[in-house]
Amino acid sequence: MSMKIATHKVNDITVLDLSGRITLGEGSVQLRETVRDLVAKGQKKIVLNLGEVTYMDSSGVGELVTAYTTVKNQGGELKLVNLTKKIEDLMAITKLATVFDIHDDEAKAVAAF
Amino acid sequence: MADPTTSRVHYSLDSTLASINTVEQTVHDYALKAGFPEDELCNISLAAREAAVNAVVHGNRQNAAKKVDLSLEFNDQALTIRIADQGEGFDPDSLPDPLAPENILRGSGRGIFLIRTFMDELKFRRLASGTELTLVKYKKISKST
Repeated sequence: MSMKIATHKVNDITVLDLSGRITLGEGSVQLRETVRDLVAKGQKKIVLNLGEVTYMDSSGVGELVTAYTTVKNQGGELKLVNLTKKIEDLMAITKLATVFDIHDDEAKAVAAF
Repeated sequence: MADPTTSRVHYSLDSTLASINTVEQTVHDYALKAGFPEDELCNISLAAREAAVNAVVHGNRQNAAKKVDLSLEFNDQALTIRIADQGEGFDPDSLPDPLAPENILRGSGRGIFLIRTFMDELKFRRLASGTELTLVKYKKISKST
């Protein structure tokens, strides 16, 4: 299933609910452009909800990193929530679990801003 | 004489993003047939996918005139995946360490690292024209009581 992005707001925080695969050719460009557009509009508090992300390759991991640096370089914050076991393992293996602010649920991520 | 206990298949694929998906699914199905458990199938097919990305995107640069060769074989001991491109070749020793602090925030460069993480062996072979990656996953031997 190709990636879909749904958006909702919690106060001044934008939550992107991602579902499907984030891989080279599937969803990676979409995520990058969505985050870039949000930052351009001044929406720099972003939560990525990965609960429905079924698969990610190294390109997908790279896009998460690019999203993170795009937001951070503009003075914003990006957090991750609802990681599945597979995604959690990928983040640990690549040492990115020490970089990203990761939470178990949306409420905790929102409270952390 | 071919070893009758080893199953082998070979595919020649176009250098397209669709072929990367084909490699991933084909390896997944083959590893299932080879008897690998569910929790290893995803990692094996991901490793194969990363090797296919390497061949299609970095090796062949998605050149329609170039092919990617995929060979799979398994026996009682292991699953062996060979993926070859027709590109310019590269030096695997020159790849930056994606875990190094100066590289941790790079947007790319983790593919070979993930292959090494999920497979038991990774070998590089320079071909007359291109590069071949060999990925090996050994079967865990279950102890019988």
